[in-house]
Amino acid sequence: MNTSVNAITVTDLTVAYREKPVLWDVDVEVPVGTLTAVVGPNGAGKTTLLKAILGLVQTAAGQVLILGRPYAEQRRLVGYVPQRGSVDWDFPTNVLDVVMMGRYGALGWLRRPGKKEKEQALEALEKVGMLSFASRQISQLSGGQQQRVFLARALVQDARIYLMDEPFQGVDAVTERAIITLLQELRAAGKTVVAVHHDLQTVPEYFDRVVLLNVRKIADGPVADVFTEENLRLAYGGRLGAAPPPEPANGNGAASRAQKQEVLRLPVDGR
Amino acid sequence: MDLLQLLHNLIFDYTLRTVAAGSAVLGVVSGVLGVYAMLRRQSLLGDAISHAALPGVVLAFLLTRSKAPLVLLIGAGLAGWLATAAMTSIIRSTRIKQDSALGLVLSVFFGVGILLLTFAQRLPDARQAGLDTYLFGQAATLVERDVFSIAGLGAAALLVIVLFWKEFKLISFDREFAASMGLAVNLLDAILTTLMVIAIALGLQAVGVVLMSAMLIAPAAAARQWTDRLAWVVLLAASFGALAGVGGALISSAGQGLSTGPTIVLVASLLVLISLLFAPARGLLPAWLRQFRHRRALALQPPANGEEP
Repeated sequence: MNTSVNAITVTDLTVAYREKPVLWDVDVEVPVGTLTAVVGPNGAGKTTLLKAILGLVQTAAGQVLILGRPYAEQRRLVGYVPQRGSVDWDFPTNVLDVVMMGRYGALGWLRRPGKKEKEQALEALEKVGMLSFASRQISQLSGGQQQRVFLARALVQDARIYLMDEPFQGVDAVTERAIITLLQELRAAGKTVVAVHHDLQTVPEYFDRVVLLNVRKIADGPVADVFTEENLRLAYGGRLGAAPPPEPANGNGAASRAQKQEVLRLPVDGR
Repeated sequence: MDLLQLLHNLIFDYTLRTVAAGSAVLGVVSGVLGVYAMLRRQSLLGDAISHAALPGVVLAFLLTRSKAPLVLLIGAGLAGWLATAAMTSIIRSTRIKQDSALGLVLSVFFGVGILLLTFAQRLPDARQAGLDTYLFGQAATLVERDVFSIAGLGAAALLVIVLFWKEFKLISFDREFAASMGLAVNLLDAILTTLMVIAIALGLQAVGVVLMSAMLIAPAAAARQWTDRLAWVVLLAASFGALAGVGGALISSAGQGLSTGPTIVLVASLLVLISLLFAPARGLLPAWLRQFRHRRALALQPPANGEEP
């Protein structure tokens, strides 16, 4: 029985900001050891879904279970990579310090991060290829580097489930490769990753499962089953336009991929 | 009066010594709390809290008929705290945004404060005399006992900052990440705001409700220019606050009719100006210099046509 418990089970989740529903009656199941993409147009409630799972927004209805138990009991098992635009990168601190923040929850009150935390942080920085940036002031990082610092911070949380909000946003092709390799390593280690993702072209290549969202859940399941043109049309409405139906990408150059990503992301949200 | 004479007075003149010590301590406390206000983009909250403290000061006097600094300080603190609570609930329950809520609360509380103050001044009670010094502050009224209460409360506030160092750092940098890890962010918010209220209340007697927010903002803004490490920003802000306190006290004692509160604030502002201009990495002048050198270096180089310049 225990092996069949989902990493994340969301039931009847409804979130509203001032009467306007952002998520409506959403059910999602994420099995352990999978990479899941959360996909949908701007304003579909993708970020809100992650935040609701993390207990960061007030829910009007619904239930979230992490490995079969409420989130409040399972916090240590969940790592979080917020959108990198959500913080002020001019904050007076350096890369190593930000990564060590991932240990603060486990450290508890009054205890300072020490040698062990520093080693864990350096190890995580090495995994994301940022070791040489450890003492760099965070305002001097590029977008891709900021993203990798946040990934490293989540890695030191040593979680079993990772929730990532647009981990590929604004990173170059090389960094994107590095990040996806990292996610695959996490999966190989039995971890579960749920990531908000914008680039429809790369969904079949990068992810096992997909959640299609547009306030309501459109579909949720293995990419091969639910990542269909019809479901995409349902999620994106007419806005998908003449975009070609998604095919398994064959890695034919990241440049064209990035270009397509731009096209699909044109209706920019008001962030 | 020359510098030696001033230093001599600083050590041997009881009044000047007391005023300088009190101003230094409040400079340290408000400097440290100001760093967190700045990093959390709440610098103007300090202005609202200090203006909102005025009705608290006058009400505390009207209720107790005492002008004991500790009594008035408690009144100021309660009113300041009430103001932040009012602001939070306005932002949460209406569509009014933070800046408008801030302006509203500031002016309403300050208006009530002025009303109460003029009422108190008409009372046939001589004890009200001097209440109006809380508007612009009068450091000369500080006595040794006041310095001890300022130092005691201030030390307690600083101790809390040290104890919750990593928590306060994390909620200032990434509040949602802190919340996702299960940190009690609302409690930490409340503690930090309370400390800010205490820092402001401590400074009111010397600097006054109108200028107090400068003591929060100026040392922090100056300190941020010089370093990229939080610990150093905090230590520098504390030092700048102390320097402004002592410097302001000394200058106002040397000149005729220079009141201490505004002088302290002007010294703090001078420190900001110097920091904005001359700080090596973030200052304007070093940046211009770098740009100038860079341009000249480029001008000296012939355009590269595939050959080595």
